Amino acid sequence: MDFDLLVGIFPQVLLDGLILGFMYALIALGYTMVYGVLEFINFAHSEIFILGAFVGVEILLSMKSAGLLDVLPWVLVLLLALAAGMLASGLAAVAVERVAYRPLRHAPRLIPLISAIGVSFFLQDLIRLFESIWRNSFNLVYPTMDALNHRFELTSTIDVSVKSLVVIVASLLMLWALYVIVNRTKIGTAIRAVAEDQAAASLMGINVNRMISLTFLIGGAMGGAAGVLFGVQYGLINPYTGFIPGLKAFTAAVLGGIGNIPGAMMGGLVLGLLEAFAASYLSLLTGGAFGAEYKDIFAFSILILILIFRPKGLLGEVVRERA
Amino acid sequence: MKYTRLRHLLALAAAIAVVLPAASDTFAQSKGTIKIASQSPLSGGQAALGEGIKLGAQLAVEKGKANLEKMGYKVEFVPFDDQAKPDVGVANAKNIIADKDIMAVIGHLNSGVAIPSSEVYKEVNVVMISPANTNPVVTDRGYPNVNRVCGRDDVQGVVGSEFAHAQKIKSAYIVHDKTQYGQSIAEFFKADSEKKGIKVLGFEGTEEKSNFDPIITPIKAKNPDLIYFGGIYDQAAPFFKQAREKGVKSKFMGPDGMDSSDLTKIAGKAVVGMTYTSAAGPASALPKAKAFVDEFKKKFSKNPEPYAAEAYDAATIALKAIEETAKKGKVSREDVSSAVRKAKLSGITGEIAFDAKGDRQKAQYFVLQVVSDDPGKWGDNKIVKQLAIAPPEGKK
Repeated sequence: MDFDLLVGIFPQVLLDGLILGFMYALIALGYTMVYGVLEFINFAHSEIFILGAFVGVEILLSMKSAGLLDVLPWVLVLLLALAAGMLASGLAAVAVERVAYRPLRHAPRLIPLISAIGVSFFLQDLIRLFESIWRNSFNLVYPTMDALNHRFELTSTIDVSVKSLVVIVASLLMLWALYVIVNRTKIGTAIRAVAEDQAAASLMGINVNRMISLTFLIGGAMGGAAGVLFGVQYGLINPYTGFIPGLKAFTAAVLGGIGNIPGAMMGGLVLGLLEAFAASYLSLLTGGAFGAEYKDIFAFSILILILIFRPKGLLGEVVRERA
Repeated sequence: MKYTRLRHLLALAAAIAVVLPAASDTFAQSKGTIKIASQSPLSGGQAALGEGIKLGAQLAVEKGKANLEKMGYKVEFVPFDDQAKPDVGVANAKNIIADKDIMAVIGHLNSGVAIPSSEVYKEVNVVMISPANTNPVVTDRGYPNVNRVCGRDDVQGVVGSEFAHAQKIKSAYIVHDKTQYGQSIAEFFKADSEKKGIKVLGFEGTEEKSNFDPIITPIKAKNPDLIYFGGIYDQAAPFFKQAREKGVKSKFMGPDGMDSSDLTKIAGKAVVGMTYTSAAGPASALPKAKAFVDEFKKKFSKNPEPYAAEAYDAATIALKAIEETAKKGKVSREDVSSAVRKAKLSGITGEIAFDAKGDRQKAQYFVLQVVSDDPGKWGDNKIVKQLAIAPPEGKK
């Protein structure tokens, strides 16, 4: 076995895993915030995520056809795409909550879950319908921006591209902002109060419905930002692309302890790293007997192990009984 | 209760079926309807190629149906969408065999769909003529109703490795998509490369569609001369694009699954200069293709994708065989099947005749090079090598 090779690619794999992990973390926040407040899993979140990617690519493509893409500084272009993606996904999440979840809030737990799965199918095919009419295409390609593809070579085998750095920096900034909003502001306090006890919160003069909408807005916006970053990083999206990353982000949220915001972030990073290491190392370590195709099996086996020993997730607490 | 209602429905449907054709038929001496079906992905990531197959077959049916209509038959073309999924293909196939008017199927795009679907066609011996399924198994089963106008992967993979060898490639890394098509052609490429002394540094299968980072990292560290992707463009394009972006300098190569303008639409500059083998030549290389391309463009206002010409020829053969059986009297699925096997056609993709297994007696193989990152110029891709090879002796 080529030992130098194994060691040589280690930093690069670590970096790949971190980028993927931050992406999962951003998506996982949408699942975990909604769960924290409503104790309900919003399975439509993977489509909210990919909606952001589609709005982002539409912004970039229309800028490209207007000839603005190479004229404006790339930071501004990216910020515009991010803002549009976040806004669209955030508002879509609020609309979905209003239409598909709020009328079912007092129904048995499984009913809104089924509603969520329905919304997920609906959004997938709505995006597909729109894109096939609007652009007559199924796969959409993020336009290449040379500034973003610039790479810094650290050694001959390790390098980092500007867009990878953008993903990491943007994720860190957003996670920090979310932390501040939830823990240091009045709105955050109100959201936490609603999460703890809706009836008591409303007695304290908190508008519960508005806080729940706000939760969906923030979670959706994070998902939308993740969508734009996903598109920028990996380049190709189609209406069904959101499903797998969404499922993995949901897993990450469970792994970190669902309902727990730092947990979602940690779960995302752990899952991203596991996946990257499995994909890169499995075939090297086993001499080709197990290849990259087994990455998910490997990652999810570890996950099951973790959950056997910590059923509430890495940072999860025992959920108190509801009064 | 349920059954009686079902029986009523069936009776109603039968009544409609009897009344409708009679009502809509303007030919008094009509001998019935003959339908030719196509099966290819019309939605999803491979729709560009699937649409090409459908339109090619449609054009052939519209152009060639006059003779049958003179004989008093009504000729219809019925396209099916197999979504590039085996289960959907099989479900469609069951509908096809249930419709007694369907005399021939032109399809599929994916071998992984064609193989299980043709098991269904075989039950009633309805003929399938494939424009694009290159997996050896398709014809190696020796079914009397399964034919193809394209070449085979065991030859195509070898054409690729031979070309790589001639280009002085010393080492290769092979990635495939784990489908019946992609993996088997990658294995043929691997086996022959090793025989020729090309070092295979890795053989990796993946179903990933967007994030190829962790696969690319070991490839970059091993720095092969060539990366071979056994699979289809919608997965290969982002892979090649990300590999170039990560600074991989290896040459790229693939099988005919690369052959779509969407490859450059997605991957852009990254794939300029890459080579791919094909069992279906570009329209520009075909002897009688110019008229076909012009007509196709006029009718559908787009360029024919690869396999459109093959689908055209496949449908033309089907029509010809049906005509021949019609001349003898009644048109039956068995007779059409055996007539197709014996048919000879000087089509737009060259001379077509089938051997005992249903392979084309001499199929064309090409090595092509991508010349431009403009998807509109996909048809200008350069032919760097062209061969006519007979299928390998059957190993049974």
